[in-house]
Amino acid sequence: MDAFIANIDVFWRAIGETLFMVFVSLVASGILGIVLGVVLTVTRPGHLLANRAAFAIVNVVVNIVRPIPFVIFVAAIQPLLLGVVGTTIGPQAAAFALSLGAAFAVARIVEQNLVAVDHGVLEAARSMGAHPLRIIVTVLIPEGLGPLILGFSFVFVGLVDMSAQAGLIGGGGLGDFAITYGSQRYNWPIVYITVAVIIVLVQVGQFAGNALARKALRR
Amino acid sequence: MSALVRLENVSRHYDTLSGRVTAVDDVSLEVEEGEILGVIGYSGAGKSTLVRLINALELPSSGRVIVGDDELTALPERELRRVRGQIGMIFQQFNLFHSRTVAGNVAYPLRVAGVGAAERDRRVAELLDFVGLLDKAHAHPEQLSGGQKQRVGIARALATQPRLLLADEATSALDPETTADVLALLKRVNREFGLTIVVITHEMEAIRAIADRVAVMDSGRVVEHGDVYDVFANPSTAAASRFVRTVLHDRPSASTLERLRAAHPGRLVTIPVQDRPAFTSLVARTFEKHRVGDTIVFGGISELQNRAIGALTYELTGAASDIDAALAALAADGVVTISEDAA
Repeated sequence: MDAFIANIDVFWRAIGETLFMVFVSLVASGILGIVLGVVLTVTRPGHLLANRAAFAIVNVVVNIVRPIPFVIFVAAIQPLLLGVVGTTIGPQAAAFALSLGAAFAVARIVEQNLVAVDHGVLEAARSMGAHPLRIIVTVLIPEGLGPLILGFSFVFVGLVDMSAQAGLIGGGGLGDFAITYGSQRYNWPIVYITVAVIIVLVQVGQFAGNALARKALRR
Repeated sequence: MSALVRLENVSRHYDTLSGRVTAVDDVSLEVEEGEILGVIGYSGAGKSTLVRLINALELPSSGRVIVGDDELTALPERELRRVRGQIGMIFQQFNLFHSRTVAGNVAYPLRVAGVGAAERDRRVAELLDFVGLLDKAHAHPEQLSGGQKQRVGIARALATQPRLLLADEATSALDPETTADVLALLKRVNREFGLTIVVITHEMEAIRAIADRVAVMDSGRVVEHGDVYDVFANPSTAAASRFVRTVLHDRPSASTLERLRAAHPGRLVTIPVQDRPAFTSLVARTFEKHRVGDTIVFGGISELQNRAIGALTYELTGAASDIDAALAALAADGVVTISEDAA
């Protein structure tokens, strides 16, 4: 416990870094994932912008990237990190890697939820002369929003987990703190406290997601 | 009257893994301005594809589709969107946007058409008032009953003041009473706004209730079409006859005939009722004149488009020569007689 108090400044900074990494990557992977997921949905045969080639390309790319373990993925994109962020260590670099890595998972979640949207409402919008892009933004996404938000809460939890792994490559954050100051120095209270904070973080995120989804679904 | 919609030798097929499927097979059909045209067929007859060819949700594999002055088969997608915006459509499953309120649903096509907020609000209120749902403006679709949902669907379809309304099995998911309400509303729309309506259905009752003309579809083809009264009174194809029999039970079925023959030893003859003054008196007088005893053993007379329709099955008794003479006299008067005796 003394060790924890001695390192309280590092602890606060670690929470800040984790929150930074998680929220930046949640927004960035959300945007990129929605774009990819929408493409995966609407380019399917018989959908709004059916396009066999576009679907095949995006589908293969997502399938290739998604199964790569995040730790290996981060290592693999180091040249890209150097080029874009200018460094391979620190929360910024980790946030970028997290955004990219999570985007492909988000793409599948978005796809799963949007494919389930009833074709009838899309046809109704088409019958009114709406442009496919307008239908995507004003019908497809709003109609799938409830389950989509639940999917995002799931991604949020995943990002907290991945951000801890990002600590391994010098990303900082709670994971890094628990390992460096906790387990490596046999300071178990530090590990437990950190884990407790992460659990609270996940609970809050999941609770917020459920509440928003309930609002969107009105039930 | 002039044609608002013209289909000329239109076919639509799909290539599937198991081979080519022809949904619409060489159909030529016109929809007159201001009429209600019913298209009836069993599921899989191609009627849903046919109606989607009219607003270019589907494009034909061959043939021409002309709506007003637009030949849809010659227009680019951008222009097709404009045409679609001028044609209303309602659906079996209503297809309301669950992410929007009732008012939001009705406003949607107006937004697509670029109508300003003030005009949009005015129009939404007017339409909801017309369908009797002004008090539900802020409700969400899942809070409505089936009939209410379809009325929202109708308000939404009418929002941009189209000349043509397409109804795809619009009453098939509703109970009989609600069906009658929705059909009455469609009839009112037709009368008050002169809106042309194409009603797709598998229920002859819907055709009987509101259509002026009917087209009968079977295996992708229009096998019979004409005025509703004519098709009901005198269906010329087996498909049309089957549909007519679902609502007119005025002709004996095979099992009924068997029972009638057992109970009535005389000659059995069915006479379709004609819409002319004192028709049944004419028939009765003719039998009396030829000393033929006539007993009505089956049948019924109802009304369609304010004209009498139905059939009566008689048991005729007396000398065979008198009966033959009476039937010949009726034939001379233009009365159709159908022998129901066992072959």
